[in-house]
Amino acid sequence: MSKRSALTRRRFLQVAATAAASSALVSCGRHAGPWRFFTPNEARTIEALCEQIIPADQDPGATWAGTIYYIDSQLVGHFRKLQSAYRRGTAAFDAACHSAHGQPFAALAFDQQTDFLNQLPSSLQPFFDMVITHTMQGFYGDARHNGNRDAVSWRMLGIPVIPIRGRDHYEFPRKG
Amino acid sequence: MSLPRVNAVVIGAGAGGGVVAKELSEAGLRVALLERGRWYTANDCRKDDLRNQRTSVLGNNSGPDDERNPRVFVDRDANRHVVLPSEGGYSNNAACVGGGTLTYGAMAWRYQPKDFRMRSTYGALEGSTLDDWPISYDDLAPYYEKAEYEIGVSGDVRNDPFKGPRARPLPMPPLSPTREYEILKPAARRLGLHPFDLPMLRNSVPYNGRPPCMRCRWCVGFVCEVDAKCGTHNTVIPRALATGLCDLRLGCMVKEILTTEQGKITGVSYFDAHNHLQEQPADLVIISGAAIESARLLLNSKSKLFPNGLGNRFDWVGRNLQGHAYSGATGLFDFDTYDDVGPGANIAICDYNHGNPGLRGGAMLANEFIRLPFQAVDMPPHGVRWGKAHKDFMRKAYRRTIKIMGPTQEMPVFDSRVQLDPTVRDFWGMPVAQLSGYQHPHTLEIAAVMAAKAEAWLKEAGATQTWRSVPGNGISGGQHQAGTCRMGSDPKTSVVDPWCRVHDTDNLYVIDGSVHVTNGGFNPVLTILANAYRTSAHLAQSWKGKV
Repeated sequence: MSKRSALTRRRFLQVAATAAASSALVSCGRHAGPWRFFTPNEARTIEALCEQIIPADQDPGATWAGTIYYIDSQLVGHFRKLQSAYRRGTAAFDAACHSAHGQPFAALAFDQQTDFLNQLPSSLQPFFDMVITHTMQGFYGDARHNGNRDAVSWRMLGIPVIPIRGRDHYEFPRKG
Repeated sequence: MSLPRVNAVVIGAGAGGGVVAKELSEAGLRVALLERGRWYTANDCRKDDLRNQRTSVLGNNSGPDDERNPRVFVDRDANRHVVLPSEGGYSNNAACVGGGTLTYGAMAWRYQPKDFRMRSTYGALEGSTLDDWPISYDDLAPYYEKAEYEIGVSGDVRNDPFKGPRARPLPMPPLSPTREYEILKPAARRLGLHPFDLPMLRNSVPYNGRPPCMRCRWCVGFVCEVDAKCGTHNTVIPRALATGLCDLRLGCMVKEILTTEQGKITGVSYFDAHNHLQEQPADLVIISGAAIESARLLLNSKSKLFPNGLGNRFDWVGRNLQGHAYSGATGLFDFDTYDDVGPGANIAICDYNHGNPGLRGGAMLANEFIRLPFQAVDMPPHGVRWGKAHKDFMRKAYRRTIKIMGPTQEMPVFDSRVQLDPTVRDFWGMPVAQLSGYQHPHTLEIAAVMAAKAEAWLKEAGATQTWRSVPGNGISGGQHQAGTCRMGSDPKTSVVDPWCRVHDTDNLYVIDGSVHVTNGGFNPVLTILANAYRTSAHLAQSWKGKV
């Protein structure tokens, strides 16, 4: 177990260093888009939620894995009919956070975010459940869908990563 | 406009239809095999954890498509939901050449003799249509063997003392053991159980001109990359085509069975791949669309003589929809149990299929197929669903769990059923299937006991923590769907006769899981294949008598 984690960590640091050097990441570690569906504000909220659901520790979390890209691209593809659930849900979620803390969710400290989620108003629970489900899909699912960059979750679990086979146009969402 | 006449039209190129097409064309009949889906091959293998026949959150990989094929699911509170093939509640099997056999896990079970005699063994059960089959294990045994040899089965059932009599061993040896197998086998023995290498429609050695399994983790739900999984698409259907007498037509959606005013079946009408309506006259019509679509087609085939649909004079078409009430348990170990050697499931016990005190039947128990990472995210008990605790659990447990599951034999319920939906139509304008019903309480009682048995096996194997999975009270169906066109001798309480001919007709047959009276405590596919061999042998013989 420890050996596997060490390998993963080393790889994580290598790739993260490369990514930072090419300034693909903004200073706070979040992705800047461009997005197919999300507005920049929505993306900040969703990405913070994803990171709460699968936080970085000795292994990368959902932000590094780019899990938001999975959700964003599926929202103009297979999840098209969930567009309004995301649009309305994110707005309601940030409004609730604003009235409780005076700031949008993404501006809170990590532990404050966790506390907010642990005391989430029940009206927001279905939205959070939906984001949990999609974050799990993106992070633990096939790397071809861009939510599990470099198959990072499979490396974390210690299972072999094989090349993606049989990818074709069928796999890609339509243009939004 | 009418197409040239054929001797037989077979609707659906899955487990049942594939066998029928081959047997009839080899007997010299001209056959039109109509399939609404496409023909996928090993080249179409896409190992996508999120898009396959078992995990279809991004769609399924072998049909039917979401755009044209809705159904209606009625929940226990009588709320209607329009559902698509890749969504829960649809009870999807597949729509492609090979049907479910293209992507299944491929367990190759013979039912036990008692599974054909449930009413005689256990007596009547209130609230259930539990009954005997009109045929016995012995009637089916030679055809089980034929299916095992023609389609190809590996495994070693010699150590299963509960099986029915067999004339020959399985044609292929089992795949080599995995770590889970080595952990579970001695534990089962210590409990006095009888573990063995479960039978699989999967090559373990080169067979039928195809290679053995490469042991990858993408098995159930996926097209096999090396074509080692044996289905009708790579065995009997190519043989049917090789006769030159079988015409396989893809993308063809059958609209209805055609009848004369006197009630004689004359053929079918169908929408071809370009959505043009075609009429195919035929001497024999065989429906093999699986329990939900076969029932729907009969119900959609209305005429003056059959106002409620064909074979439905006594309102039995679509009734007794059943699948399996899956139950079992997961165990967490303090050592690695995972070895990334597929397909995963390989060791089984049949000690609990029958003879459980106070219970009418039971289930075969076996270790599960490899859980892909996304299939494991719901695994943590105690409501850990997100955050560092969830990630920690995944890291700790993913390689250290074993899951044992079993298909509990269901007590058939008359009100669990397929009907035509009054409002929703499919792409072609036909009323879609509406599914409704519930599980008999006794089924859930049996399932709970099976979960406890699975848990005890895991504990004996050294699991430090265990948790059970039990089914809900909603209908099952899915890939094991069965029961909707019951086989029987009495036309008042069944839809087809013991040769699978629809009562009230001379030349219309249903040959698939629909005809199962009960569905065994086992995966049903080998029984569907065997019964297709049995009934098509009879069809071919009576045809020769005619000529």
